[in-house]
Amino acid sequence: MSDTLLVSTRKGLFTVARKAKQWEITAVDFLGDNVTIALTDRRDGARYAALDHGHFGVKLHRSTGNGWEEIAVPAYPPKPEGYEEHDMWGRPINWSTTRVWALEAGGADEPGVIWCGTLPGGLFRSNNRGQSWDMIRSLWDHPKRKQWMGGGADLPGIHSIRVDPRNSKRVWIAVSTGGIWFTEDGGASWSLRGEGMRAEYAPPEQTHDPIAQDVHCLAQCRAATQRMWVQHHNGIFVSSNEGESFTEITGVEPSTFGFAVVVHPREPDTAWFVPEIKDEKRIPREGKLVVTRTRNGGKSFEVLTKGLPQSHAYDVVYRHALALDEGGERLAFGSTTGGFWVSEDQGDSWACVTHTLPPVYAVHFA
Amino acid sequence: MAKIVFTPNIQRHIALPQAEASGRTVRDVLEAVFADHPQARGYVLDDQSALRKHMTIFVDGQIIHDRTRLTDAVSESSTVYVFQALSGG
Repeated sequence: MSDTLLVSTRKGLFTVARKAKQWEITAVDFLGDNVTIALTDRRDGARYAALDHGHFGVKLHRSTGNGWEEIAVPAYPPKPEGYEEHDMWGRPINWSTTRVWALEAGGADEPGVIWCGTLPGGLFRSNNRGQSWDMIRSLWDHPKRKQWMGGGADLPGIHSIRVDPRNSKRVWIAVSTGGIWFTEDGGASWSLRGEGMRAEYAPPEQTHDPIAQDVHCLAQCRAATQRMWVQHHNGIFVSSNEGESFTEITGVEPSTFGFAVVVHPREPDTAWFVPEIKDEKRIPREGKLVVTRTRNGGKSFEVLTKGLPQSHAYDVVYRHALALDEGGERLAFGSTTGGFWVSEDQGDSWACVTHTLPPVYAVHFA
Repeated sequence: MAKIVFTPNIQRHIALPQAEASGRTVRDVLEAVFADHPQARGYVLDDQSALRKHMTIFVDGQIIHDRTRLTDAVSESSTVYVFQALSGG
Protein backbone atom coordinates (compact mmCIF):
# COMPACT_ATOMS: atom_id res chain seq x y z
CA MET A 1 0.00 0.00 0.00
CA SER A 2 1.17 3.47 -0.78
CA ASP A 3 1.45 6.12 1.93
CA THR A 4 2.14 8.99 -0.44
CA LEU A 5 0.09 10.90 -2.96
CA LEU A 6 1.09 13.42 -5.60
CA VAL A 7 -1.61 16.00 -6.20
CA SER A 8 -1.25 18.14 -9.33
CA THR A 9 -3.07 21.46 -9.12
CA ARG A 10 -3.46 24.75 -10.89
CA LYS A 11 -1.01 26.28 -8.43
CA GLY A 12 1.53 23.63 -7.62
CA LEU A 13 2.34 20.00 -6.91
CA PHE A 14 1.33 18.91 -3.42
CA THR A 15 2.60 15.83 -1.63
CA VAL A 16 0.06 14.28 0.72
CA ALA A 17 1.36 11.61 3.07
CA ARG A 18 -0.09 9.27 5.65
CA LYS A 19 0.95 10.22 9.16
CA ALA A 20 0.22 8.53 12.48
CA LYS A 21 -3.29 9.94 12.78
CA GLN A 22 -4.21 11.34 9.40
CA TRP A 23 -3.17 12.22 5.89
CA GLU A 24 -1.41 15.60 5.65
CA ILE A 25 0.14 17.87 3.08
CA THR A 26 3.86 17.37 3.62
CA ALA A 27 5.44 19.20 0.69
CA VAL A 28 4.66 21.69 -2.07
CA ASP A 29 6.69 21.94 -5.24
CA PHE A 30 6.29 24.43 -8.09
CA LEU A 31 4.08 26.61 -5.90
CA GLY A 32 2.17 29.05 -8.08
CA ASP A 33 2.71 27.06 -11.27
CA ASN A 34 0.16 25.08 -13.22
CA VAL A 35 0.95 21.38 -12.81
CA THR A 36 -1.17 19.35 -15.21
CA ILE A 37 -0.10 15.84 -14.23
CA ALA A 38 2.58 13.97 -12.29
CA LEU A 39 3.93 10.44 -12.25
CA THR A 40 6.03 8.30 -9.97
CA ASP A 41 7.86 5.60 -11.89
CA ARG A 42 7.72 2.68 -9.49
CA ARG A 43 10.53 0.91 -11.35
CA ASP A 44 13.16 3.42 -10.31
CA GLY A 45 11.41 5.89 -7.99
CA ALA A 46 11.81 8.88 -10.31
CA ARG A 47 9.05 11.45 -10.27
CA TYR A 48 7.86 13.47 -13.22
CA ALA A 49 5.80 16.64 -13.27
CA ALA A 50 4.31 18.38 -16.28
CA LEU A 51 4.02 22.16 -16.01
CA ASP A 52 2.11 24.54 -18.19
CA HIS A 53 3.70 27.94 -18.00
CA GLY A 54 1.16 29.45 -20.35
CA HIS A 55 3.07 32.10 -22.22
CA PHE A 56 6.28 30.17 -21.93
CA GLY A 57 4.90 26.79 -22.90
CA VAL A 58 4.76 23.29 -21.49
CA LYS A 59 7.72 21.92 -19.55
CA LEU A 60 8.63 18.64 -17.90
CA HIS A 61 10.59 18.21 -14.71
CA ARG A 62 12.03 15.08 -13.11
CA SER A 63 13.10 14.38 -9.56
CA THR A 64 15.38 11.53 -8.65
CA GLY A 65 15.76 12.47 -5.02
CA ASN A 66 18.11 15.41 -5.42
CA GLY A 67 15.53 17.99 -6.35
CA TRP A 68 13.73 18.71 -9.57
CA GLU A 69 15.44 19.31 -12.88
CA GLU A 70 13.92 20.41 -16.16
CA ILE A 71 14.12 17.70 -18.80
CA ALA A 72 13.15 17.54 -22.43
CA VAL A 73 9.54 18.12 -23.32
CA PRO A 74 7.88 16.27 -26.19
CA ALA A 75 8.09 18.39 -29.34
CA TYR A 76 6.11 18.00 -32.53
CA PRO A 77 8.00 17.50 -35.80
CA PRO A 78 8.32 20.35 -38.28
CA LYS A 79 5.12 20.78 -40.21
CA PRO A 80 5.75 20.16 -43.93
CA GLU A 81 6.21 23.37 -45.90
CA GLY A 82 2.87 24.70 -47.05
CA TYR A 83 0.88 22.05 -45.21
CA GLU A 84 -2.15 23.30 -43.34
CA GLU A 85 -4.32 21.33 -40.96
CA HIS A 86 -7.59 22.55 -39.49
CA ASP A 87 -9.93 21.29 -36.86
CA MET A 88 -13.63 20.73 -37.46
CA TRP A 89 -14.32 24.41 -36.82
CA GLY A 90 -11.81 25.44 -39.42
CA ARG A 91 -9.20 26.66 -37.00
CA PRO A 92 -5.58 25.84 -37.83
CA ILE A 93 -4.00 23.16 -35.66
CA ASN A 94 -0.52 24.14 -34.60
CA TRP A 95 1.86 21.19 -34.37
CA SER A 96 3.10 22.14 -30.95
CA THR A 97 2.70 20.61 -27.51
CA THR A 98 -0.16 22.46 -25.88
CA ARG A 99 -0.61 20.28 -22.82
CA VAL A 100 0.86 17.12 -21.33
CA TRP A 101 -2.28 15.15 -20.52
CA ALA A 102 -0.94 11.67 -19.81
CA LEU A 103 2.26 10.29 -18.34
CA GLU A 104 2.72 6.56 -17.90
CA ALA A 105 5.67 4.31 -17.19
CA GLY A 106 6.50 1.57 -19.67
CA GLY A 107 6.55 -2.08 -18.74
CA ALA A 108 8.70 -3.73 -16.10
CA ASP A 109 10.99 -5.07 -18.84
CA GLU A 110 11.51 -1.56 -20.28
CA PRO A 111 13.40 0.46 -17.67
CA GLY A 112 13.46 4.13 -18.57
CA VAL A 113 10.56 3.97 -20.99
CA ILE A 114 7.94 6.67 -20.40
CA TRP A 115 4.85 7.30 -22.51
CA CYS A 116 3.39 10.78 -22.86
CA GLY A 117 0.05 11.84 -24.30
CA THR A 118 -0.46 15.44 -25.34
CA LEU A 119 -2.77 17.99 -26.87
CA PRO A 120 -3.23 18.36 -29.84
CA GLY A 121 -3.05 14.57 -30.11
CA GLY A 122 0.59 13.54 -30.30
CA LEU A 123 1.77 10.42 -28.50
CA PHE A 124 5.41 10.36 -27.44
CA ARG A 125 7.78 7.78 -26.01
CA SER A 126 11.04 8.29 -24.18
CA ASN A 127 13.55 5.47 -23.82
CA ASN A 128 15.78 7.40 -21.45
CA ARG A 129 13.63 8.73 -18.63
CA GLY A 130 12.62 11.85 -20.46
CA GLN A 131 16.02 13.00 -21.67
CA SER A 132 14.60 12.88 -25.18
CA TRP A 133 11.27 12.00 -26.78
CA ASP A 134 10.20 10.39 -30.02
CA MET A 135 6.82 11.09 -31.49
CA ILE A 136 4.89 7.98 -32.46
CA ARG A 137 4.53 8.98 -36.10
CA SER A 138 2.53 5.90 -37.01
CA LEU A 139 -0.32 7.29 -34.94
CA TRP A 140 0.11 10.96 -35.76
CA ASP A 141 0.32 10.16 -39.48
CA HIS A 142 -2.62 7.76 -39.39
CA PRO A 143 -5.20 9.16 -41.81
CA LYS A 144 -7.98 8.73 -39.28
CA ARG A 145 -6.14 10.83 -36.72
CA LYS A 146 -7.42 13.91 -38.51
CA GLN A 147 -10.92 12.90 -37.48
CA TRP A 148 -10.04 13.46 -33.84
CA MET A 149 -11.70 16.51 -32.37
CA GLY A 150 -11.58 18.69 -29.36
CA GLY A 151 -13.84 17.59 -26.56
CA GLY A 152 -13.54 19.28 -23.21
CA ALA A 153 -10.54 21.13 -24.56
CA ASP A 154 -10.41 22.97 -27.85
CA LEU A 155 -7.94 20.48 -29.23
CA PRO A 156 -8.01 16.69 -29.27
CA GLY A 157 -5.81 15.03 -26.68
CA ILE A 158 -4.56 11.68 -25.42
CA HIS A 159 -5.45 11.31 -21.76
CA SER A 160 -5.26 7.57 -21.02
CA ILE A 161 -2.34 5.23 -21.73
CA ARG A 162 -2.53 1.60 -20.59
CA VAL A 163 0.48 -0.69 -20.99
CA ASP A 164 -0.26 -4.42 -20.88
CA PRO A 165 1.50 -5.73 -17.74
CA ARG A 166 2.11 -9.05 -19.51
CA ASN A 167 3.52 -7.63 -22.74
CA SER A 168 4.88 -4.10 -22.87
CA LYS A 169 4.48 -3.85 -26.62
CA ARG A 170 0.71 -3.92 -26.25
CA VAL A 171 -0.59 -0.45 -25.43
CA TRP A 172 -4.02 1.12 -25.44
CA ILE A 173 -4.63 4.84 -25.56
CA ALA A 174 -7.82 6.85 -25.34
CA VAL A 175 -8.52 10.17 -27.01
CA SER A 176 -11.00 12.93 -26.28
CA THR A 177 -12.45 12.78 -28.81
CA GLY A 178 -11.15 9.99 -30.98
CA GLY A 179 -11.98 6.70 -29.30
CA ILE A 180 -9.62 3.95 -28.17
CA TRP A 181 -6.53 2.92 -30.12
CA PHE A 182 -4.43 -0.19 -29.69
CA THR A 183 -0.95 -1.28 -30.72
CA GLU A 184 0.54 -4.72 -30.24
CA ASP A 185 3.91 -3.92 -31.72
CA GLY A 186 5.13 -1.17 -29.42
CA GLY A 187 3.56 1.61 -31.46
CA ALA A 188 4.59 0.63 -34.99
CA SER A 189 0.98 0.16 -36.03
CA TRP A 190 -2.40 1.05 -34.56
CA SER A 191 -5.97 -0.06 -34.80
CA LEU A 192 -9.15 1.55 -33.61
CA ARG A 193 -11.15 -0.28 -30.96
CA GLY A 194 -14.31 0.37 -29.02
CA GLU A 195 -17.24 -1.10 -30.88
CA GLY A 196 -20.39 -0.71 -28.86
CA MET A 197 -19.67 2.67 -27.37
CA ARG A 198 -22.35 5.19 -28.12
CA ALA A 199 -22.40 8.97 -28.42
CA GLU A 200 -26.04 9.83 -28.10
CA TYR A 201 -25.38 13.49 -28.73
CA ALA A 202 -23.57 12.97 -32.06
CA PRO A 203 -25.20 13.04 -35.49
CA PRO A 204 -26.85 9.70 -36.28
CA GLU A 205 -24.12 8.62 -38.68
CA GLN A 206 -21.51 9.03 -35.96
CA THR A 207 -23.40 7.82 -32.93
CA HIS A 208 -21.80 4.40 -32.97
CA ASP A 209 -18.63 5.23 -34.91
CA PRO A 210 -15.72 4.21 -32.65
CA ILE A 211 -13.68 7.24 -33.68
CA ALA A 212 -16.43 9.65 -32.66
CA GLN A 213 -16.46 8.45 -29.06
CA ASP A 214 -15.56 10.91 -26.33
CA VAL A 215 -13.83 8.63 -23.87
CA HIS A 216 -13.21 10.61 -20.70
CA CYS A 217 -11.08 7.95 -19.04
CA LEU A 218 -10.00 4.37 -19.80
CA ALA A 219 -9.14 1.99 -16.96
CA GLN A 220 -7.83 -1.57 -17.24
CA CYS A 221 -7.63 -4.31 -14.63
CA ARG A 222 -3.99 -5.29 -14.22
CA ALA A 223 -4.67 -8.90 -13.29
CA ALA A 224 -7.42 -9.40 -15.85
CA THR A 225 -6.47 -7.17 -18.74
CA GLN A 226 -9.44 -8.20 -20.83
CA ARG A 227 -11.57 -6.10 -18.49
CA MET A 228 -11.68 -2.41 -19.32
CA TRP A 229 -13.89 0.30 -17.93
CA VAL A 230 -14.67 3.55 -19.68
CA GLN A 231 -16.13 6.71 -18.26
CA HIS A 232 -17.49 8.25 -21.42
CA HIS A 233 -19.17 11.54 -22.10
CA ASN A 234 -22.27 9.50 -22.73
CA GLY A 235 -22.03 7.26 -19.68
CA ILE A 236 -20.30 4.13 -18.40
CA PHE A 237 -19.11 1.31 -20.65
CA VAL A 238 -17.44 -2.01 -19.81
CA SER A 239 -15.44 -4.39 -22.00
CA SER A 240 -14.52 -8.03 -21.46
CA ASN A 241 -12.28 -8.38 -24.50
CA GLU A 242 -9.58 -5.76 -24.14
CA GLY A 243 -11.68 -2.97 -25.55
CA GLU A 244 -12.67 -4.63 -28.79
CA SER A 245 -16.29 -4.16 -27.81
CA PHE A 246 -18.13 -2.49 -24.97
CA THR A 247 -21.46 -2.78 -23.23
CA GLU A 248 -23.20 0.30 -21.91
CA ILE A 249 -24.16 0.40 -18.25
CA THR A 250 -27.36 2.34 -17.71
CA GLY A 251 -29.65 3.20 -14.87
CA VAL A 252 -26.94 4.08 -12.39
CA GLU A 253 -27.94 6.57 -9.72
CA PRO A 254 -27.31 9.41 -9.28
CA SER A 255 -25.76 9.65 -12.76
CA THR A 256 -23.58 7.85 -15.28
CA PHE A 257 -21.91 11.10 -16.32
CA GLY A 258 -18.47 11.90 -14.98
CA PHE A 259 -14.83 12.01 -15.90
CA ALA A 260 -12.88 9.54 -13.77
CA VAL A 261 -12.89 5.77 -13.35
CA VAL A 262 -10.54 3.38 -11.56
CA VAL A 263 -10.68 -0.41 -11.47
CA HIS A 264 -9.42 -2.75 -8.79
CA PRO A 265 -6.03 -4.23 -9.76
CA ARG A 266 -7.14 -7.83 -9.10
CA GLU A 267 -10.94 -7.72 -9.13
CA PRO A 268 -12.07 -6.79 -12.64
CA ASP A 269 -15.71 -6.41 -11.62
CA THR A 270 -14.91 -3.74 -9.03
CA ALA A 271 -14.71 -0.14 -10.22
CA TRP A 272 -15.29 3.35 -8.86
CA PHE A 273 -16.72 6.52 -10.41
CA VAL A 274 -17.50 10.08 -9.30
CA PRO A 275 -20.82 11.04 -10.88
CA GLU A 276 -21.97 14.48 -11.92
CA ILE A 277 -25.18 15.76 -13.42
CA LYS A 278 -24.75 15.30 -17.13
CA ASP A 279 -23.51 17.12 -19.02
CA GLU A 280 -24.26 20.73 -19.43
CA LYS A 281 -24.21 21.36 -15.68
CA ARG A 282 -21.45 19.14 -14.32
CA ILE A 283 -22.05 19.39 -10.61
CA PRO A 284 -22.93 16.72 -8.07
CA ARG A 285 -26.65 16.03 -8.03
CA GLU A 286 -28.44 17.99 -5.31
CA GLY A 287 -25.10 19.29 -4.11
CA LYS A 288 -24.22 15.87 -2.69
CA LEU A 289 -20.72 14.64 -3.46
CA VAL A 290 -20.71 10.86 -3.84
CA VAL A 291 -18.58 8.04 -5.22
CA THR A 292 -20.24 5.09 -6.92
CA ARG A 293 -18.82 1.59 -6.73
CA THR A 294 -19.74 -1.61 -8.47
CA ARG A 295 -18.49 -5.00 -7.33
CA ASN A 296 -20.28 -7.08 -9.90
CA GLY A 297 -19.22 -5.76 -13.26
CA GLY A 298 -21.82 -3.03 -13.38
CA LYS A 299 -24.94 -5.02 -12.52
CA SER A 300 -25.44 -2.84 -9.47
CA PHE A 301 -23.78 0.14 -7.84
CA GLU A 302 -23.38 1.35 -4.29
CA VAL A 303 -23.51 5.09 -3.59
CA LEU A 304 -20.73 5.92 -1.12
CA THR A 305 -21.25 9.03 0.97
CA LYS A 306 -19.67 8.54 4.40
CA GLY A 307 -17.29 11.42 5.04
CA LEU A 308 -18.22 13.28 1.85
CA PRO A 309 -20.14 16.57 1.93
CA GLN A 310 -23.85 16.04 1.37
CA SER A 311 -24.98 19.63 1.15
CA HIS A 312 -24.00 22.41 -1.24
CA ALA A 313 -20.99 20.56 -2.59
CA TYR A 314 -20.12 21.56 -6.14
CA ASP A 315 -16.93 19.60 -6.54
CA VAL A 316 -16.08 18.35 -10.00
CA VAL A 317 -13.52 15.56 -10.19
CA TYR A 318 -11.49 15.52 -13.37
CA ARG A 319 -10.44 12.39 -15.22
CA HIS A 320 -7.03 12.03 -13.59
CA ALA A 321 -8.13 13.20 -10.18
CA LEU A 322 -9.39 9.86 -8.81
CA ALA A 323 -6.69 7.38 -7.84
CA LEU A 324 -6.53 3.85 -6.46
CA ASP A 325 -3.41 2.40 -4.92
CA GLU A 326 -1.78 -0.81 -6.11
CA GLY A 327 -3.23 -2.71 -3.19
CA GLY A 328 -6.74 -1.88 -4.23
CA GLU A 329 -7.70 -0.63 -0.76
CA ARG A 330 -6.90 3.07 -0.74
CA LEU A 331 -8.55 5.67 -2.90
CA ALA A 332 -8.08 9.40 -3.13
CA PHE A 333 -9.62 12.18 -5.15
CA GLY A 334 -9.41 15.93 -5.50
CA SER A 335 -11.83 18.42 -6.96
CA THR A 336 -11.99 21.58 -8.96
CA THR A 337 -13.00 23.47 -5.84
CA GLY A 338 -9.98 22.31 -3.88
CA GLY A 339 -11.41 19.46 -1.86
CA PHE A 340 -9.29 16.40 -1.26
CA TRP A 341 -10.42 13.11 0.28
CA VAL A 342 -8.77 9.79 1.08
CA SER A 343 -10.35 6.41 1.82
CA GLU A 344 -8.56 3.43 3.31
CA ASP A 345 -11.47 1.03 2.97
CA GLN A 346 -12.26 0.97 -0.73
CA GLY A 347 -14.50 4.00 -0.44
CA ASP A 348 -16.72 2.85 2.41
CA SER A 349 -15.62 5.95 4.32
CA TRP A 350 -13.68 9.05 3.42
CA ALA A 351 -11.55 11.55 5.32
CA CYS A 352 -11.21 15.12 4.10
CA VAL A 353 -7.55 16.12 4.02
CA THR A 354 -8.31 19.71 2.99
CA HIS A 355 -10.87 21.68 1.11
CA THR A 356 -8.66 24.64 0.27
CA LEU A 357 -6.35 23.31 -2.41
CA PRO A 358 -6.11 25.02 -5.77
CA PRO A 359 -8.18 23.31 -8.47
CA VAL A 360 -7.01 19.69 -8.61
CA TYR A 361 -6.10 18.24 -11.99
CA ALA A 362 -4.54 14.90 -11.13
CA VAL A 363 -4.03 12.58 -8.17
CA HIS A 364 -1.45 9.79 -8.18
CA PHE A 365 -0.30 7.30 -5.54
CA ALA A 366 3.46 7.65 -5.46
CA MET B 1 25.63 44.38 -32.46
CA ALA B 2 21.96 44.41 -31.58
CA LYS B 3 20.94 44.42 -27.95
CA ILE B 4 18.41 41.78 -26.78
CA VAL B 5 16.41 42.23 -23.61
CA PHE B 6 14.16 39.52 -22.19
CA THR B 7 11.08 40.03 -20.05
CA PRO B 8 11.72 39.86 -16.31
CA ASN B 9 8.93 37.28 -16.05
CA ILE B 10 10.96 34.69 -17.89
CA GLN B 11 13.85 35.03 -15.46
CA ARG B 12 11.99 33.01 -12.83
CA HIS B 13 12.24 29.99 -15.11
CA ILE B 14 15.50 30.58 -16.87
CA ALA B 15 18.15 33.23 -16.40
CA LEU B 16 18.44 35.28 -19.57
CA PRO B 17 20.58 38.36 -19.01
CA GLN B 18 20.64 41.15 -21.54
CA ALA B 19 22.72 40.03 -24.49
CA GLU B 20 24.27 41.34 -27.67
CA ALA B 21 24.19 39.51 -30.94
CA SER B 22 24.85 40.02 -34.61
CA GLY B 23 22.28 39.38 -37.26
CA ARG B 24 20.05 40.94 -39.85
CA THR B 25 16.72 39.53 -38.65
CA VAL B 26 14.96 38.79 -35.41
CA ARG B 27 15.54 35.10 -36.14
CA ASP B 28 19.28 35.66 -36.48
CA VAL B 29 19.71 37.40 -33.16
CA LEU B 30 17.46 34.98 -31.29
CA GLU B 31 19.37 32.01 -32.67
CA ALA B 32 22.57 33.62 -31.48
CA VAL B 33 21.16 33.89 -27.97
CA PHE B 34 19.83 30.33 -28.05
CA ALA B 35 23.28 29.08 -29.03
CA ASP B 36 24.45 30.23 -25.60
CA HIS B 37 21.19 29.36 -23.80
CA PRO B 38 19.69 26.35 -25.59
CA GLN B 39 17.03 25.80 -22.93
CA ALA B 40 15.60 29.25 -23.64
CA ARG B 41 14.38 28.29 -27.10
CA GLY B 42 11.31 26.42 -25.86
CA TYR B 43 10.30 29.32 -23.63
CA VAL B 44 10.17 31.78 -26.51
CA LEU B 45 9.40 29.65 -29.58
CA ASP B 46 6.91 26.85 -30.13
CA ASP B 47 7.61 23.44 -31.67
CA GLN B 48 7.50 24.93 -35.17
CA SER B 49 10.04 27.61 -34.20
CA ALA B 50 7.39 30.32 -34.43
CA LEU B 51 6.94 32.87 -31.68
CA ARG B 52 4.78 31.48 -28.89
CA LYS B 53 1.18 32.61 -29.02
CA HIS B 54 1.34 34.86 -25.99
CA MET B 55 4.81 36.20 -26.60
CA THR B 56 5.66 39.30 -28.54
CA ILE B 57 8.81 41.01 -29.75
CA PHE B 58 9.54 44.68 -30.29
CA VAL B 59 12.40 45.95 -32.44
CA ASP B 60 13.23 49.55 -31.63
CA GLY B 61 9.77 50.06 -30.24
CA GLN B 62 7.91 48.50 -33.15
CA ILE B 63 6.08 45.23 -32.75
CA ILE B 64 7.27 42.64 -35.24
CA HIS B 65 5.03 41.55 -38.11
CA ASP B 66 6.34 38.12 -38.94
CA ARG B 67 5.69 35.95 -35.90
CA THR B 68 6.26 32.75 -37.85
CA ARG B 69 9.53 33.23 -39.68
CA LEU B 70 10.81 36.14 -37.60
CA THR B 71 12.13 37.92 -40.66
CA ASP B 72 11.70 41.47 -39.33
CA ALA B 73 14.90 43.42 -39.88
CA VAL B 74 17.37 44.18 -37.11
CA SER B 75 20.25 46.65 -37.40
CA GLU B 76 23.53 46.84 -35.57
CA SER B 77 22.09 49.52 -33.29
CA SER B 78 18.72 47.88 -32.70
CA THR B 79 17.27 46.93 -29.37
CA VAL B 80 15.12 43.80 -29.40
CA TYR B 81 12.66 43.33 -26.53
CA VAL B 82 11.15 39.88 -25.92
CA PHE B 83 7.95 40.24 -23.91
CA GLN B 84 4.91 38.26 -22.92
CA ALA B 85 1.28 39.24 -22.69
CA LEU B 86 0.03 40.04 -19.20
CA SER B 87 -2.90 37.69 -19.31
CA GLY B 88 -3.79 34.62 -17.35
CA GLY B 89 -4.47 33.95 -13.70
